[in-house]
Amino acid sequence: MSRVTFLSVCMSVALLFYILEMVRRRRLREEYSILWLCGSLVILILSVKREWLEGLSLAAGIAYPPSFLFLVGILFIILILIHFSIAISKLHQMNKKIAQELALMQQERSSPGGPAAAPDRDTPATDPGDALKQQG
Amino acid sequence: MLVAIPAYREEKSIGPVVAAIKRKFPYDVLVVNDGSPDGTSAAAKRAGAIVLDLPCNLGIGGAVQTAFLFARESGYDALVRIDGDGQHEIDDIPPVLEPILSGDADASIGSRFLGETEYRVSLPRIFGIRFFRVLVNLITGYRVTDPTSGFFAINRRLIEFYSFHYPSDYPEVDAYILMHRIGARTMEVPVRMHARAEGKSSITTFGALYYMVKVTFSFLINAIRRFG
Repeated sequence: MSRVTFLSVCMSVALLFYILEMVRRRRLREEYSILWLCGSLVILILSVKREWLEGLSLAAGIAYPPSFLFLVGILFIILILIHFSIAISKLHQMNKKIAQELALMQQERSSPGGPAAAPDRDTPATDPGDALKQQG
Repeated sequence: MLVAIPAYREEKSIGPVVAAIKRKFPYDVLVVNDGSPDGTSAAAKRAGAIVLDLPCNLGIGGAVQTAFLFARESGYDALVRIDGDGQHEIDDIPPVLEPILSGDADASIGSRFLGETEYRVSLPRIFGIRFFRVLVNLITGYRVTDPTSGFFAINRRLIEFYSFHYPSDYPEVDAYILMHRIGARTMEVPVRMHARAEGKSSITTFGALYYMVKVTFSFLINAIRRFG
């Protein structure tokens, strides 16, 4: 086992266990851990299966096989970051909506008979465009 | 006794479902509107349901957990959860509820595959159901025929437990490991299921693979988690 193989096996195993432990302790939600787990598993497999790594890097035109591992690592990091950006945007949207609903509710409660309380709100305040944005 | 119905964009079907339950049974009906932009909330209110409007879409697990919280706060001793799209037969509510009222089980789950059934399922779905059956049986020892059923009744003990611990998406399979971890007694009861009147399955073909991976993973994680 070459030194670079040893290093990448150690690091991917450590990452794998760290992520699993965080999920077990509920510090990390399952849906945010799946890409991390996939990434570290792929790197682990490619580190152990030297001939697969060599085949793949040859096919990609990369002369030095271990640098293919870096490519895989960077690819997963990009995927994870995109996933996070989308998740943050969704949370931002939800957070804004909850704050707005709360403000409306407080106003209704503090001024009974006030303008906001008068019309019987029987549909929730939702933006028709949400039908497109929200999925599950 | 509370009948809880999570609803997302079901303005056409929710009214008749609520009205039918109200007409046949003396139960309270709660609709958790999961941030639907359409008239789901208004239709449910018109039919006589208690309605909780979530300001944004939490997903099925978050919506159902809101119903558990409501049931816990309001002191209900039993809760039946059914779908708002007309898929579940409301005449099956009493048989599903029966083991809870008699104290024979903590959770009673309606199964499409027990007894005589005319329910047809697509091939990939059958594969998924088989897979989860084996998984549930292997890890928990529960013998289940319909691990993804969303038609169930639970007692006060599980209402309280689920108020704290309930998966946020695809909760049904995961619920088995949660019940197993606290030693809950489960039971399956045969129910009929209809083709959907309106709306579509929350699970798309694209999401099916993710569904399998996510559910299996969180199922296994829950097997080694601490609860308390």
